Amino acid sequence: MALKLSDVRTDLFNDWCPGCGDFGIEASLQMALTELGIDINRVVLFSGIGCHGKIVHWTNTFGIHTLHGRTLAFAQGAKLANPELEVVALGGDGDGYGIGAGHFVHAGRRNIDMTYIVHNNGVYGLTKGQASPTQRLGEQTKSLPQPNINNGINPIILALSAGYTFIARSYAFNTRHLKETIKKAIAHKGLALVDVLQPCPTYNDIETKAWYDGEDRRDASGRAVPRVYDVNMKGHDPLVSKEMDEDQVDKKIQHVFRLSKEWGDQIPIGIFYQEIGTPTFEDRISARIPSYLQNPPAKQIPPGTTKSTVELEKLSSELTVQANNV
Amino acid sequence: MNWKIGGAQGSGVDSSARIFSRAVALAGLWVFGTREYYSNIKGLHSYFEVRVDSNPIQCKVDRTSLLASFDAETLIRHATTVEDGGGIVYNKGVTETSIEKVDTINKEVRQEIQQRLTDKGLKADISGILEESRRRGIHLYPIPYDDLVAQTGKRIGEQQLSKLTRIINVLAVSVSSALLGIDKRYIDDSIRNVFSGKQRIIDMNITGAQVAYEFVSENYHEQFPYKITPIQSKDRLFISGNEAVALGKLVGGCRMQTYYPITPASDESEFLEAHENFDVVDGKNSILVVQTEDEIAAITMAIGAALTGTRASASTSGPGFSLMVEGMGWSGINEVPVVITLYSRGGPSTGMPTRTEQGDLKFVLNASHGEFPRIVLCSGDIEECFYDTIRAFNYAEKYQLPVIHLVDKAMANTNVTVNPFDTKYISIERGKLVQEHKDQDELYRRFKITDDGISPRAFLGMSGFRFWNTGDEHDELGHINEEPENRVNMMNKRMRKLETADTDIPDREKVNFFPASKTADITIVSWGSSKGAILEAMKLLKNDSIEAEFLQVRIASPFPTELVKRQLSKAKLTVAVEQNYSGQMASLIAEKTGIIIDNKIVKYNGRPISLNELYAALKNTFEKPEENRRVVLTSGA
Ligand SMILES: Cc1ncc(C[n+]2csc(CCOP(=O)(O)OP(=O)(O)O)c2C)c(N)n1
Ligand code: SF4
Ligand SMILES: [Mg+2]
Repeated sequence: MALKLSDVRTDLFNDWCPGCGDFGIEASLQMALTELGIDINRVVLFSGIGCHGKIVHWTNTFGIHTLHGRTLAFAQGAKLANPELEVVALGGDGDGYGIGAGHFVHAGRRNIDMTYIVHNNGVYGLTKGQASPTQRLGEQTKSLPQPNINNGINPIILALSAGYTFIARSYAFNTRHLKETIKKAIAHKGLALVDVLQPCPTYNDIETKAWYDGEDRRDASGRAVPRVYDVNMKGHDPLVSKEMDEDQVDKKIQHVFRLSKEWGDQIPIGIFYQEIGTPTFEDRISARIPSYLQNPPAKQIPPGTTKSTVELEKLSSELTVQANNV
Repeated sequence: MNWKIGGAQGSGVDSSARIFSRAVALAGLWVFGTREYYSNIKGLHSYFEVRVDSNPIQCKVDRTSLLASFDAETLIRHATTVEDGGGIVYNKGVTETSIEKVDTINKEVRQEIQQRLTDKGLKADISGILEESRRRGIHLYPIPYDDLVAQTGKRIGEQQLSKLTRIINVLAVSVSSALLGIDKRYIDDSIRNVFSGKQRIIDMNITGAQVAYEFVSENYHEQFPYKITPIQSKDRLFISGNEAVALGKLVGGCRMQTYYPITPASDESEFLEAHENFDVVDGKNSILVVQTEDEIAAITMAIGAALTGTRASASTSGPGFSLMVEGMGWSGINEVPVVITLYSRGGPSTGMPTRTEQGDLKFVLNASHGEFPRIVLCSGDIEECFYDTIRAFNYAEKYQLPVIHLVDKAMANTNVTVNPFDTKYISIERGKLVQEHKDQDELYRRFKITDDGISPRAFLGMSGFRFWNTGDEHDELGHINEEPENRVNMMNKRMRKLETADTDIPDREKVNFFPASKTADITIVSWGSSKGAILEAMKLLKNDSIEAEFLQVRIASPFPTELVKRQLSKAKLTVAVEQNYSGQMASLIAEKTGIIIDNKIVKYNGRPISLNELYAALKNTFEKPEENRRVVLTSGA
């Protein structure tokens, strides 16, 4: 039975500020979940701490609202213990690229089959607007007492060098694009990053919805000329496969690098990079533990009170000192 | 009999001690072997002490019967610990080495030793040390290691002697065991076990052992006073604390372990990874061991795994646990069963990473902001390490909370013979779970308020049992809720679980009480790895007609207040024995029961308690309690 949007929403009061980009992310994610046709009981959302973190409470799936910066670690633990789960981790830009940056990098090294969506609003929303790791050097969003003195990081390139096998960017208020991107990210076999440009009308008065939409730039007919454009529509092919030679891969990466730096008048969204055929962490575990996928950690111990079935004598044979019968 | 071997870290002292210990165990004797080493990979001094007895033993002693060495430093550091009439096996080639030149020993220490030798009219080199020992009636056994290596090379057809240098410590072991009259087949067996799978190394070492045995029988006819006589024995395990915990995890149903490398915890995870596929009665099981990017990931990944219904744990020591604290609080408020094995070592900060200490008791009891229930188990010996590990998972799931299993470096790195673990009476108890597949008309309330505080648990992915978790205070469904009434209800519910646990858990799992045969003159209170030395010291005290009883606290939270009160309120003289500065258990007892422990015996030099020093301290305490309110133990090198 096909799911309706109302099936995947809770009826809790949503307390995001009016006009917050998080609404776009929520709607896109929920639509993606209904359209994918997956068993909603297998879906688990994890989120970090920040305005974004409440998204799991508005969504009617298993929802784990974790700690600031740790969403990826919690999510990976659950996915590894039960690979049947469809795990989507959600984080803030402060959450994921700041305090959780270590997990961000190391998750890439593992390439676990799951999805990571970052609400990138350039600020620490929930702590009232301090500069986030993606805010650019010299920018001064509304609540900063001084212009930002740090360089902004480039999540696309950070993900690429860490080993993410699916790297995309979308825009919170282009829900059609974001929904489709999330669907592709979930369908991708391996770790998928979707960095979402998310206006924060309360604290980010620079990268506003009007700015992304190009309300300040009008064409001859008076229509706004959006800053955000779809790279894939413009011909960028993100696929990298095992069949490609090194030169072809290098060229692609150089192009991704250039795209990732475009900002200002032209802001690319879309799938920047997708590697096909790279073994996931689950594949690598299965090579060592043949029963892993059929009998993962979560499935081995029955409910209730039981006896341990472990063959302790065999297990401890190397530690056993034989009896002496002098 | 107490055998000791020393040498530079990385030179194979580790495996030689294993070979010796296993050989002795094969001869049917009981073994207690402790390991001391620096936080260093190659070059600094490390040593093993192996105590051997025909009866079970539980601690180390201070005197050495036979010291095996192949370098100068071991002689400089340990010759004085050899008892009068004992023996020293040493490298003939180091006799001339001057104390001055052994620069891995701290300069001031070297100067003191030189002074000591000069004062006695001896040369400030190894010959001086040896002469000093000879004057105490110690038997000296100079060994031409280079010749023995060359002979071994000849026999196995190996020209390049540099390839054989690593057998030197097996030569030291073999000379020792030949002197002690240990049948060579035990040594051979042991070599095969320790180097299992490496045939070339096995052959080389077995041949070396043969050469060493022949050398001893040709050169040392005089009988060494100690002999190891084989006795009848049953199958036993020769096992360390790290290994006992690891086995406990596998038997206890732990199927995912996370860790970030840290001494002295990582050996446990490495053992688990080496045994990741293992047999169960109806096929194969496995454990997934994940080396994480840091301890924050370790604890939060383990919690993520636990949410799926997996028995999951993270192992660490103090610095790592410090990083886990926020995550543990999250598992507290979300009632997620997770086990943290904490191997305590000298702190704070990096402290003494390879040395033991019981300094973390108050930390684990209070770590985290806010209040939530947690269970803290303290194992007292290696067998308890195994059984407590299994209990830790049962408690975690029954009461849906984090359990900290507190062990220490002394147990982690001690290798002992124990009777095989008995799993007959062990169950895996998963606690209150929802009935899967039951019709779900009603909304599932993960945090349903109940009388015992425990709500039926569902796992991620269970159809019809959708739930939410959040580190924020939440309602029964798991959604954020800051209403004052809800807060009070939820706090009460969570804290009630600790009362439930306190009622459920049988007394014998909370404390061990070792009574005196008559009215006790002295009541010892302790916890953790101090147990072994206390039990042995009690026997010595009894020979002096001092009746001692001993209360070992095995669970620090929920604290067994009534039991402890009952045992201590009638005591004549109470003494806390602890391996920390302040007497943390004594102060916990005061906090919980109002009873002030009269005397303390503490140790915090990073070395485990020896029988000799504890016996002396207890005796002094009994004889002159007022003058010995706080005794500081200092033995160990
Ligand atoms: C360990 C820790 N440090 C600090 C905080 C305080 N804190 C709460 S939300 C937040 C920033 C959130 O920013 P971001 O991750 O970008 O999420 P947003 O609110 O913008 O969605 C911080 C620093 C915390 N919860 N935990
Ligand atoms: S502060 Fe910004 S990010 Fe947070 S809810 Fe308000 S608009 Fe959204
Ligand atoms: Mg943000």
